[in-house]
Amino acid sequence: MADLKTSITRRSFLRSSALAGGGLMISFSWLSAFKSPDTMAPELADWAELTGYVKITPDNIIKILNPNPEFGQNVMTSLPMIVAEELDADWKQVLVEMGPHDNVKLGPQFTGGSNSVRMYWKPLREAGAAARQMLIEAASQSWAVPAAEITTKAGILYHQKTGKQATYGSLATKASAIAIPKGMKLKDAKEFKVVKSSIKNVEGKKIVTGEPLFGLDYHVEGMLIAMIEHPPAFGMKLKSFDASEALKMPGIKDVFTQKLYEDGFEQGGFDTRTFNDLLVVVGSNTWQVMKARKKLKVEWEPAGEYKDIIAARGQKREVVVPAELESTEAQLKKMQEWSAKPAPQLRKDGEPEAAFKNAAQVIERTYNAPFLAHNCMEPMNFFAHVTDDKALVAGPLQAPGWSEPTLAKLLNLPADKIEIQMTRMGGGFGRRAYGQYLYEAALISKKVKAPIKLVYSREDDMTYGIYRPMYTATYRAALDANKKLIGFHVNGGGIPEHAIHANRFPAGTVDNYLAEGWAIPSNITIGAFRAPRSNFNAAAEQSFLDELAEAMGKDPIDLRLELLQKGKESPVGQNNDYDAERYAGVLKLVREKSGWGKAENKKYSRGVAAYFCHNSYAAHVVDIVMKNGQPYVERVFSAIDCGIVVNPDAAINMVQGAVVDGIGNAFYGGLTHKEGRAVQNNFHAYRIIRMNEAPKKIEVHFVQNDIDPTGLGEPPFPPVFGAVANALFKATGQRLYQQPYAPQLNKRRAF
Amino acid sequence: MITLSINKKTYNVDVDPETPLLWVLRDELGLVGTKYGCGLAQCGACTVHLNGEAVRSCVTKVSRAVGQEVVTIEGLSEKGDHPVQKAWLEIDVAQCGYCQTGQIMSAVVLLKANKNPTDADIDAAMAGNICRCGTYLRIRDAIKLAAQIERKEA
Repeated sequence: MADLKTSITRRSFLRSSALAGGGLMISFSWLSAFKSPDTMAPELADWAELTGYVKITPDNIIKILNPNPEFGQNVMTSLPMIVAEELDADWKQVLVEMGPHDNVKLGPQFTGGSNSVRMYWKPLREAGAAARQMLIEAASQSWAVPAAEITTKAGILYHQKTGKQATYGSLATKASAIAIPKGMKLKDAKEFKVVKSSIKNVEGKKIVTGEPLFGLDYHVEGMLIAMIEHPPAFGMKLKSFDASEALKMPGIKDVFTQKLYEDGFEQGGFDTRTFNDLLVVVGSNTWQVMKARKKLKVEWEPAGEYKDIIAARGQKREVVVPAELESTEAQLKKMQEWSAKPAPQLRKDGEPEAAFKNAAQVIERTYNAPFLAHNCMEPMNFFAHVTDDKALVAGPLQAPGWSEPTLAKLLNLPADKIEIQMTRMGGGFGRRAYGQYLYEAALISKKVKAPIKLVYSREDDMTYGIYRPMYTATYRAALDANKKLIGFHVNGGGIPEHAIHANRFPAGTVDNYLAEGWAIPSNITIGAFRAPRSNFNAAAEQSFLDELAEAMGKDPIDLRLELLQKGKESPVGQNNDYDAERYAGVLKLVREKSGWGKAENKKYSRGVAAYFCHNSYAAHVVDIVMKNGQPYVERVFSAIDCGIVVNPDAAINMVQGAVVDGIGNAFYGGLTHKEGRAVQNNFHAYRIIRMNEAPKKIEVHFVQNDIDPTGLGEPPFPPVFGAVANALFKATGQRLYQQPYAPQLNKRRAF
Repeated sequence: MITLSINKKTYNVDVDPETPLLWVLRDELGLVGTKYGCGLAQCGACTVHLNGEAVRSCVTKVSRAVGQEVVTIEGLSEKGDHPVQKAWLEIDVAQCGYCQTGQIMSAVVLLKANKNPTDADIDAAMAGNICRCGTYLRIRDAIKLAAQIERKEA
């Protein structure tokens, strides 16, 4: 092997070399542009492979593959940390690399549902422990001592009795020939050295020096740029076009139409399309294509009603997509009308009708929220090079394994002839779980028979759809003459889905409970948006609980804790899907850390909210002051229970980010429509929170426990909305029922 | 042919003079550290230095850069060790990281004019750079740390 390195070029070596461990080195030929000089050198070394995740060189460099797509949740660092922990590696010896897309070898490989750490926790610990055991076996054989007497520390094997020691690297080749053991004993959380310590982002240096990392940075020689001119409104489609002027523009290679799905195509659950007839412009560079698009003469026409066939989770269903060109005012009116209709029941405990009939007081409030665009900083894009017998695609995608079967069908290629490379993503927030832009790129490459990169402009990105749905919910509470809560009712709906999680708090804490949900079909496409559904519920429900506490004459934290006490001691009904004690735990922690009720915090208008989603618990206290006549969130205290915190400082960063994101969307977020057209199409019209609107301080506290880790990317986000609304009430005396909140405040008060 | 001085190197490019500097950097010269975010000077992801001033390269015609000194993130320091880059790493600012090169380029210009910026100074100077992940608090901390590093190195 050592001779090979000197006799053949580096690239051909990488493509052809079999590793000592028998595994094949993943091919770097396409991604070579993505390698920085300091990660280049070790590729030349002889890597011994121990499990799919660990490779070690003779000089003890330990490479750990990150299996999961990175979109800012820091899995490139935190997932390899889990392997390193059980491997007993010194983090300073570890080199992290993005793994190939290989669901057999590297697991499910999707970023979504705050699942990365949760789903990889056990497999990665087992991989690290197995690799360590293989090294121990190798040492045992070399030294002729019992394996049980060998210990490890920071990448070195020890045998105390004989005084022998060896680096992992020196035994890695031997270890790689040993069968991967199963059922390894894993460490006790108290022994952790890497996990629970704050380790810096392994890609930090590449980020601050501007190295090519993202899909939009992907480049191969001779690559063309493609853009799609899509209809100006939901419910419209291409009628005809004249590209003669566009084709005269410099650098323009072709203008053509391409169908995304043929009629009757069975879409997977994440194959959402908004527009099917693609008008494609292909040219040499991005600016030329952008300019040529402006020279297109296009006629659009109403798409009319059509059907989507969705085959997902073993079921096939037809979805009728309506024809209407929708406007926000009409949508709000329609939601109001549907709210009054009888609705499908999601859960019922006790006798809610009787409770409301006998109530001394009924409080009823309706909350509305608009569509939200994800607005990832890196617009949608994908590289594709499709030839007759294979396809290489590379770009920002949250769940390559969900898109691969559809891509295989669309290209008529077997899945093993498709290579999906996962670039770092410039944000995702759920949007990049939907691979339609990857399919578009692949079909365009196939048609033009060249490597292409499909690029969405910001306007394309913001007006394409796959939004957070538009929601409404009406909450009702029945109080008896003693102001005791005797009944609770939520009726929720939305376009085109409702947000109600019927088994979540306060379900299980009220004797008479009713949850109902309904949905209005639409041609505006929707998708997961950071804590789907929860992000609305925690605004509406947590605002309502605040108002309820006021009506009951109770402190808002006390009210929640009293309900949770009942939920713990004598839960009502079945399937309550939260742990009342852990839920109460974050409220108690935030009460303590924020100095809730303390005189020194009197200058702040304070709001509290809590929520459970994605298996984790979060509570916030938001402190508002008036700044230049505007309400400003100056401080936030957060309490989180997500079990073990793998990488504490990175986790704090993520919670702080979720809080800022929540404040921004609560105050400003919203996408409206006029006759099918998305009214906001870029950041001049779609307001995103900026530096001057971000709090001075966000103090994050984690409940300390050794429970297996659960999600963190999403859970802190939803309760921010409720806490902001409740603090705004204290600051302005106005209850907020319609998101975004800032324009509502301005309606009543001139700031 | 247009001649440009970027990161102290001379480049000749054959492009329409109306082309935004951003797309010349990214598509013609492979300097992809400068990011496309909006194309309207609304998000700051494309910030570069033109004669030491922060400009949004997405709305700056390449013709405007002729005869001027352009610095991009790739040319900010030779080893990625500009005080602002060091501070960004020390505070571990980034989440997705896409906007951060633009943030850094804006912060460098702020610190040139103001060696000890307050929160209000930072808010005013950085309000043109969007971070969708919400890392603003860490950006503020990193700018203050960079100011400290610069004072120490001076």
